[in-house]
Amino acid sequence: MTAAIKTSRRNFLKIAATTSGGLLLGFNWGGAEATAMKVMATDQAPALAGVDFNSYLSISPEGVITIFSPNPELGQNIKTSFPMIVAEELDADWSTVKVMQAALDTKKYERQLTGGSGAIPHSWERLRKAGATARHLLVEAAAKRLNVNAGELTTEKSFVIHAASGRKLSYGELATEASKISVPTEVKLKDIKDFKLIGTAVKNVDNDAMVTGKPLFGLDFYREGMLFAMVQRPRSFGMKLKSVDSAAAKAVSGIIDVVTFKNNVAVVGKSTWQVNKARKLLKIEYEPEGAIESTSDHDKLFKDLLNSSAATVRRKDGDVDAAFKSAAKVIKREYQCPFLSHSTMEPMNFFAHVREDGVELVGPTQTPDAARQETAKLLGRSADQITVEITRLGGGFGRRLMTDYVVEAAELSSIIKAPVKVIWTREDDMMGGMYRPAVRYRFEAALDNDNKLIGYKLRGVGINVGNSTREDNFPSGAVDNLLIESVEHKSPITTAPWRAPITNFLAFAEQAFLDEVAAEAKMDPIQFRLSLLERAKTTPVGAIKYNIDRMKAVIELAAEKSSWGKKKNVSQGFSVYFSHRSYVAQVAEVEMKKGKPVIQKIYAAADCGVVVNLSGANQQVRGGIVDGMGHALFSQLTFKDGAAEQNNFNNYRLIRMKEIPEIDVHFVNNGIDPTGLGEPALPPTGGAIANAIFKATGKRLYSQPFTKPQLDGLEGVSLGERM
Amino acid sequence: MAHYSLLINGRNYEADVEADTPLLWVLRDALGLVGTKYGCGISQCGACTVHLNGNAVRSCAIPVSAAAKGKVTTIEGLSEKGDHPVQQAWKEIDVPQCGYCQAGQIMTAAALLGKNPHPTAEQIDTAMNANICRCGTYHRIHEAVALASTKMK
Repeated sequence: MTAAIKTSRRNFLKIAATTSGGLLLGFNWGGAEATAMKVMATDQAPALAGVDFNSYLSISPEGVITIFSPNPELGQNIKTSFPMIVAEELDADWSTVKVMQAALDTKKYERQLTGGSGAIPHSWERLRKAGATARHLLVEAAAKRLNVNAGELTTEKSFVIHAASGRKLSYGELATEASKISVPTEVKLKDIKDFKLIGTAVKNVDNDAMVTGKPLFGLDFYREGMLFAMVQRPRSFGMKLKSVDSAAAKAVSGIIDVVTFKNNVAVVGKSTWQVNKARKLLKIEYEPEGAIESTSDHDKLFKDLLNSSAATVRRKDGDVDAAFKSAAKVIKREYQCPFLSHSTMEPMNFFAHVREDGVELVGPTQTPDAARQETAKLLGRSADQITVEITRLGGGFGRRLMTDYVVEAAELSSIIKAPVKVIWTREDDMMGGMYRPAVRYRFEAALDNDNKLIGYKLRGVGINVGNSTREDNFPSGAVDNLLIESVEHKSPITTAPWRAPITNFLAFAEQAFLDEVAAEAKMDPIQFRLSLLERAKTTPVGAIKYNIDRMKAVIELAAEKSSWGKKKNVSQGFSVYFSHRSYVAQVAEVEMKKGKPVIQKIYAAADCGVVVNLSGANQQVRGGIVDGMGHALFSQLTFKDGAAEQNNFNNYRLIRMKEIPEIDVHFVNNGIDPTGLGEPALPPTGGAIANAIFKATGKRLYSQPFTKPQLDGLEGVSLGERM
Repeated sequence: MAHYSLLINGRNYEADVEADTPLLWVLRDALGLVGTKYGCGISQCGACTVHLNGNAVRSCAIPVSAAAKGKVTTIEGLSEKGDHPVQQAWKEIDVPQCGYCQAGQIMTAAALLGKNPHPTAEQIDTAMNANICRCGTYHRIHEAVALASTKMK
C-alpha cells in the first residue's frame, strides 16, 4: 500500500534544509502576538520551526515562494485566500507561490480553527503585514545591492525594479541578503485601490490534486501497520451499554479484537470491509440511563415551553404589555425547525497512535487545539506530548468543531496499543448525534392605528440550545416595546453548532414573520424594513448592535439587481439578515409551472467588506444559498424512542442538481476590512423562498422542511420541475 | 479470502480479499487507490463512482468478484497527466469547494461525455443529479460539464 499523506511540516523542513540561503519569515497568523515576526535564512529553519511561529513565508534563492496556511480547509477556500493576502502585499508572482497546510502549532497559536466565519477578519491585518514586511526586506536588500535609495524602487511579480536605470532583481536572488536585514517595527500597507491580486478570481490551490484523486483527506490517510476500526455506539440517545457478545464478530476473518469502552463497542481489524462485516454480528444489549425521547414528545414539549413561566429574558425595551394592550392589530405566528445532520460528505474519521513517548493524531478537524486538549485530558498527558496533523476536511459545517470522534480514536488506540483509524459509516454519522438542534419560535407583533410597529415579542424554545434567539439583531432597536426570551429543554440527544448556528433557522422565521407583518401594515416588504431601519437610525431604542447603513446598502442592492416589484409573471420574496459580521439580502423568484411553484432564481447582495478571492467568494455565497435552500426544503431528522429515524441519503434528503435555481451574486464594494463569508449567505435563503412561495400561491410556510407537512397538520408545499 | 486479478487504469493489480468485498474497499484499502471516495455505501451519493467497461458505476455496490471480469477506470487513471477534458474544465471553472465529492462527479461527467459528447443542459442535469455535493457546487459542476463537452474530440 502507498503511504498516503506525509507530514506537511516535515516536508517543509526538508525543502528548507536542502535549500541553501533564502529568506524565511516566521509569523503568527493566529497568535496573540501576531505582529511579532522573525526573519532568518531558510537553512536555519529547523531552529525556528514548531517553536515560535505557526506560519512561514519562505523565498528560496531559486525564487520559490512557500506559504504555510494554518487554518483547517473545509471548502471555505482559506488555503487559497490566506496566501493571496500575503502575496498581494509582497507583490509576489502568484503563479510561483506554493501553499502548504500547517500542522497544529504547539506554542503561540490562538485561533487555528475554522468556525464562526472568523478566519479572514481575524487574520487580515497580520497577513498583510507579513507580506509587506518581506517586501520591505527585499527592497532594502535591492537598494543595498544597486546602491540606490529604497524610495526609487518598485516591486512587481516577484521582482524589485529600479525604473530609472532599467535594472531589476528577482526576489530569489535577493532572498539571502534580505534574510540578514532586521525586521522593521512598522511597515506601510498598500492602499486597497492598488490591490492587484485581492478581489480577482483566483483558482483553488488544491485543484490539481483534487481533480486527479490525490490523497488529501483524513479518510485517505494511511500509515504502515495501521489498524481499522468501527465503533458501535448506542443507537438510541438515553441508552447505555448493558452487555456485549462479540464471539461471532471476533470469528470474522481479519478481525483482531473487539473492545468495549464507555458505551462503545469497537471492532478492530485489518480492513474497513472486514470490520464493517464483523460489526454487524455484534450482539449488544442496552438499558435506559436517561430520558428516551421521540419527535412526538418534542412537539408536545415545545407547546408547553412556549407558555412556560421559566423563560430567560434576553432583551427588554419599553413596556410590551402596555403596547400589546393598546394595539389596533396583533399578529402572532409560530415556526418550527427539525433536528438536522451535518452530513459532511466525508464521514467522521480520525487516526490516532498513542505511544509511551507521545501521541500522534491525524485527520479532519475544525478545532485541532481543542482535539489536542481533550485528548490530553482523557489520557492524562500533557498537551505538548500530542501532535495534531490537519488533513483537508471533506466538509465541516460545524460537526468537526466537536472533538468526540478524535478523542474516541485516541482512547481506542490507548487501549489496543496500536495505530488505528476509526471510521464512521454514513449511518454512524447520521445516527451519532451532534445535530442542529430542533427549535420552535413564537413571534408577536403589535401595530397601532397608523400601522406602526409599536410592540414586538419573540420567544424561542430549543432543545440543548441555551439561547435560541439573537436578541440584538434587527428589528431590535427599531421598536419601542420589545421582549426577547428563550427557554431550553435538556435532552440526551446531542447537538452542536451547525453552519450559521441558530440563525440558520431563526432568520427564516423572523423574515417570514416580518413579511406577514408588512402585509398587515399594508406596506411593501422592502419599504417596511427600510422604514424600521430609518427608525433605528433616527431614534434608536436601546443598544444597536448591527450596522444600519450596511444593512440598508444590501437591501437596496438586492432590490436594484432583482428589479424588485417590476417583474410580471414572477413572484418575488425578500429577506435580509446580519450574521457573524456580514450582511446578505436575497430576493427569490418563483414562477408557477403546471400549477406548481418553481424556484427559478435567487439574487443575493452581500456585504462582507473587501472580497479577497472573487471566485471563492462567489461560490461561498452560491453554496451557502444552495445549502440553506436544500435544508429548508427537504431535510429533517426525526426520532422514535431515542433513535434517529433517518440513517442515510435514501431517507434523509439533500438537495441535488435538478433542484437548484439560477443564483445571481453581487457584492457591496465599500472597502471596509473583510468581515467573513463562510456562513452569512445561508440564513436569509429560507425566508426569501417562503415569502416568494406565499406570493405565488397564497400559502404561508411555518415549518421546515417546507415540502413536508406543516404545523397543525397542514400540507407542505409541492414544488414543480424547473426544466 | 480469494485471489483476484483486476485490470485497473490499464494495469494489473492482485488482491487477496473476500468475494463480497465491494470494489470501493478493494481500491481504497487493498490497492491504495484512495481517490475513489466513500460517502454513503448504498449508491445514493455517487462519491465512489468509477468506470466499469466505460460505464459509470457505484464501486460501493459492485463486489470485487464482478469487477474482476471487467476493465476498471478510477480517477487516478482517467488521464495520464490529469488533462482529460473534464479535469481541465473542472480547473478552469474552479469547481471544488471541500473537494471530497469531486472525483465521483468527474467520473460521472466523463462517462456521460464518453457516450454523449454534446449533451443538452437537461441531459447534464439528469446525469449529474445522481451525485451529491454537500458544498453546493452544482452550478459550477454544470458549467464545467458544458465546457468539457466543447473540448471533447
